[in-house]
Amino acid sequence: MKHKHFTICATTLLITALLSCNSTNTTKPETSSAEAALAMVAEGNPEVAEVTGAPKVPAPIGARAAKKLIVNLLTTEIEGIIADSIPYTFWTFNNTVPGSFIRVREGDEVTLNLKNDGSSILPHNIDLHAVTGPGGGAAATTAPPGKEASFTFKAINKGLYVYHCAAPPVPMHIGNGMYGLILVEPAGGLKPVDREYYIMQGDFYTKASVVKQGLMEFDNDKAVAENPDYVLFNGKKGSLLGANMLEAKVGETVRLFVGNGGPNLTSSFHVIGEIFDNVYLEGGSTVSHNVQTTMIPEGGSAMVEFKCEVRGEYVLVDHSLSRAFNKGCIGKLKVTGEPNEKVFSAKTLTKE
Amino acid sequence: MKHLIILLFSIVIVSCSKESEKETVYKNLEGNKTDTLQSIQSTVKMVYIPGGEYKPFFGSNTTLVSVAPFLMDERAVTNEEFLEFVIANPQWQKSNIKRLFADTNYLKTWPTDITLPENALKDAPVCNVSWFAAKAFAQSVDKRLPTLDEWEFVAMADETTANARKKPKYSDSIIDLYLQKNRQFKSVKQSPPNYWGIYNMFDLIWEWTDDFNAVLTTGDSRSGEYNDKNLVCAGGATSATDVMNYAAYMRFALRTSIKADYTIGNLGFRCAKDTTIIKQ
Repeated sequence: MKHKHFTICATTLLITALLSCNSTNTTKPETSSAEAALAMVAEGNPEVAEVTGAPKVPAPIGARAAKKLIVNLLTTEIEGIIADSIPYTFWTFNNTVPGSFIRVREGDEVTLNLKNDGSSILPHNIDLHAVTGPGGGAAATTAPPGKEASFTFKAINKGLYVYHCAAPPVPMHIGNGMYGLILVEPAGGLKPVDREYYIMQGDFYTKASVVKQGLMEFDNDKAVAENPDYVLFNGKKGSLLGANMLEAKVGETVRLFVGNGGPNLTSSFHVIGEIFDNVYLEGGSTVSHNVQTTMIPEGGSAMVEFKCEVRGEYVLVDHSLSRAFNKGCIGKLKVTGEPNEKVFSAKTLTKE
Repeated sequence: MKHLIILLFSIVIVSCSKESEKETVYKNLEGNKTDTLQSIQSTVKMVYIPGGEYKPFFGSNTTLVSVAPFLMDERAVTNEEFLEFVIANPQWQKSNIKRLFADTNYLKTWPTDITLPENALKDAPVCNVSWFAAKAFAQSVDKRLPTLDEWEFVAMADETTANARKKPKYSDSIIDLYLQKNRQFKSVKQSPPNYWGIYNMFDLIWEWTDDFNAVLTTGDSRSGEYNDKNLVCAGGATSATDVMNYAAYMRFALRTSIKADYTIGNLGFRCAKDTTIIKQ
């Protein structure tokens, strides 16, 4: 009798396990999703896409159908502050580091216009990892100073992708800040959340300009040695600190679009005091749960989601902690609201 | 031998040209020259460059390219000289130029066909000129544009040596010059000349060469292994002879980004000339 019960029990468990295994196995539909996206027809006249500087992201695509979009990017070489009032010559897409966030839908037909500002010294281009085709568009978009180049692609793979300048010498163009993220949302859009933010890590190698007192610029030797002076979120020390802290309220869900421009260092992205409920690993379609630290390759990304349960300040770091502690790779998310002692309560005990 | 090289060179250029229209335009330009081009006087000093074998930036490690002796202008063509050229040759004035020969930014800062911009220095290098226009100017002074190999041969020099490529700061010191904005507005010959007595190779402008986009023709192109796409992204690392020479990467990046009708705000030119003299 006992034995029979055990057998039934074991069989049920096995079936349950098999069923659940089947239901979580999402790889099969994924393999054909690019083909499905390829078959989607982008209707209507082309519209200019809204693009945003970090940490903001454009509005979600929602339930809209695939359409034709125009993305306009301007490449520039400008002075900006890298840390503590220190000016640095950044090379940018749309005058920001990282460059503008581009948000499209699978099946969209995107015309990318890249204009190289007339004040540039060098040619620039764009390689979007979301593009299927030679160089991700790099050769097609190479533009000398004052010129514009353009190409059209169909977004057939959903996910969060890095784009960057690929003009030689590439490490210098990327090292000066020429990278950004493009999100290809699935049909129907990502699940709505309360807050979305755009963060991109990069490593910076600096030396004093021989021309202009106080100005810093790219140091090739330090870059080759992969020994950066700064590792930063959003191209500036303190870009997510003080008045620039990310914000959320207790009970809200937060989605971070995190990219790594590099050019050299891999990121161990971590939010101190939070556990990621969902991580879209490497920005792709596999979702992992209950993650403490997620690896973000150089030239790669991750989408992380979590619910804010407890108020307080949460520190964003690359958990290669010398980078956070000494090289500037630190930001904060401030969560406001009522205390939630069920999840977290702190009491100071004084012993006599 | 020299003629053979030139012949081979021309064949390679023509056969490698991706834009079929370019050939047509080129012929058209030749027609222009014989029909109407008026000569002007050039007073710029030319420097004798003995040539020799050199290792191109692109190519295999072992392939040396032979550069024949030639003469090169000690400095770039200036605003004033180009003004004289367009006065003598109205077909090259901004309102008359055929659209095939230059884009709409040709001499764009000039207020009229024959007036320099008010704030422009007469002896600053002329920019916003197309390859066609540069070539026509060179013909009008009985010269030609330097080849890419000639230009790069001279570019190996620093102030004290003919070939400074091996010096640790060679590339960095050029990049320091490259990264200065608005340097194209400065007068020529305000900085020290290089080993040969040539001025401003790096500190004012990018310069047209006769075969600017023919990276294919340097090094061993017979295998068809090298093409301009190799420059893009990390591909650039596989076809260069010195991956630490970031200055050369920047130069070649610019060259591969331009077309013969382009006019760019920091792109000008200097002239060169064949020579039959062989000095030791």
